[in-house]
Amino acid sequence: MSAPDGRRTGRDTSDAPPARSGPVSSATGGRNSILGRVWRDRRARVGGALIGAFVLGAIAGPLLLGRAPMELADVVARRFIAPLARTPDGILHLLGTDRFGRDVLARLLLGARISLAVGVLAALASTVAGIAVGAVAGYAGGAADRAIVAVTDAALAIPRVPFLLLLVALVQPGAVMTVVALGVTGWMTVARLVRSEVRAAKERPFVEAAHALGLRSRRVLVRHVLPNALTPALVAAALGVGSAIMLEAGLSFLGLGVQPPTPSWGNMIASGRDALMIAPWVALAPSLAVVLVVFGFSLLADALESAIAADGS
Amino acid sequence: MRMVPLRRLLVALLTVVLVLTATFAALHLAPGDPVRLYLGPSADEAVVASTRHAEGLDRPLAFQYAEWLVRFATGDWGTSIAQQRPVARVLGDALGPTLVLVGASLLLTYLAGILIGAFQASRRRTALDTGLTAVTTFLYALPSYVVALALVLVFAYAAALWRWPSWLRYPAFGAASVGAGLLPPAARLVDALRHLLLPVATLAMVGAAGTARFVRGAVLEALRQPFVRAARAKGLGEARVLLKHALRNALGPVLTLLGLQLPALFSGVVFVETIFGWPGMGRVTVQAVLARDYPVVMASAAVFAGLVIAGNLLADVLASLADPRTEAGA
Repeated sequence: MSAPDGRRTGRDTSDAPPARSGPVSSATGGRNSILGRVWRDRRARVGGALIGAFVLGAIAGPLLLGRAPMELADVVARRFIAPLARTPDGILHLLGTDRFGRDVLARLLLGARISLAVGVLAALASTVAGIAVGAVAGYAGGAADRAIVAVTDAALAIPRVPFLLLLVALVQPGAVMTVVALGVTGWMTVARLVRSEVRAAKERPFVEAAHALGLRSRRVLVRHVLPNALTPALVAAALGVGSAIMLEAGLSFLGLGVQPPTPSWGNMIASGRDALMIAPWVALAPSLAVVLVVFGFSLLADALESAIAADGS
Repeated sequence: MRMVPLRRLLVALLTVVLVLTATFAALHLAPGDPVRLYLGPSADEAVVASTRHAEGLDRPLAFQYAEWLVRFATGDWGTSIAQQRPVARVLGDALGPTLVLVGASLLLTYLAGILIGAFQASRRRTALDTGLTAVTTFLYALPSYVVALALVLVFAYAAALWRWPSWLRYPAFGAASVGAGLLPPAARLVDALRHLLLPVATLAMVGAAGTARFVRGAVLEALRQPFVRAARAKGLGEARVLLKHALRNALGPVLTLLGLQLPALFSGVVFVETIFGWPGMGRVTVQAVLARDYPVVMASAAVFAGLVIAGNLLADVLASLADPRTEAGA
């Protein structure tokens, strides 16, 4: 019981048996059918729509709104204006203003750029690192494999936020540092998934054939084994973006991530926290943004996981 | 009887060494000179040099590393720069409140998670099941700091504003009311429990949602096994099949899940303690980071890892008790 080679990501919702047994029919055919299945899944469409809305808003919003989200004007007249209300000079603020009279929606959309970029880059970094570590361990086997697995298991037992605090404590906090810290602490799940997939894939006949043709091991690994071992890493990557966005906001909330006045969802929540009683929208708007995006990514991951499980059985 | 396999113990030991090494490396690789940081930019060059010598920072790195490991292992964790107290005492004071918070949250997480998950499995593919899945998926996507702020907004601020009855109104800050020490013991306990409620509810809500999702999958998996068909064939009622056979067999994987959940729980603790002003490890760590109190930050990272490892080993023991066939790691 409890095979340590995690094929699931620890969260299983599908009714299908989680450990998939059958091989993927062929690299491209298999992936296409998985994508097709994902597209037919309502969860994927809802999740994709949520993420797409925020990406669009992040790209277009700051251009369309045209208000300077960092500008401080007549603070006393404009601060803490409720959502949908107008300022004395007749400007409509859809999501109200914060304590400096800045438009919350404009800051939310500008913050979306930073939060989404940090989340995606951090997840990308940890996924690439995880694929590299997992591929080496799974393909090399033997003592190297055992050592890497032990280190991965050990790293997995370290609680992420306290360790992030340690990393952040030692350097000047900021967006770049946040990406690095999240990347360094997030590769383990992907590494475990890729390792077990690579181990399974390298026993298959076409790999033997590639070796028999005299290809070098690195080429066999990169061109033949890895493409057949990456699908489960997709699920982990989708979840990884969600959790990276959540953690970036968390670090910024604690004052240890993106620093004000640059808006990120986390430091917007933090600045709204002091005014929670008189102007709850300042904290609620960015909170809701984090929740919706993370929810979007976890719906997408669920749909992917079901599609992959169904593909195997 | 081998309840905790050797391999797990070795990984646990490796984790501790890894954390200590990473901590040491982080401190020495980080840009900036800790001595300069401590003494300030205007410090005299001679003072900097003598402080560096006094702290042993001018000796070979390997030597410093070995010394750091030995000192840490023997419980000499240095002195907090900000509080001017031994680090071991600073963290010792904070450990109790954190364990209370984590213990209560875990209990509630598993109780609610197993109940909801098993219930969903028994009603699989009904509207109720689908609805609960949507709810747990959503709750599981909630960051603990958002849940915490929402609970504060409703059960502390709104409750005070609209004068809700006291069973709907809870304190949002600290572990005890001002002057709680003067209350009789029973009232003091009630006061402490009321302070505990919102932080525990925050952690348990997110945790239970994750557990329920997992339990649902594990029970459905168990329901497909031949022994369930056998139990049904001999005429057992569906409730008995679910509780005595399917759930019991799903418990093993659920306990192993604890190993994955504990690190997340301790991450949540950092936010929850900061928001609720709970005097535990998480709040102490955040304050130490903001104050650049390195000795405290380094030791607390190690203590957090130690707590997770202890929890994992405990989960292994529990899993082997729940399922005698388990000899994990074999």
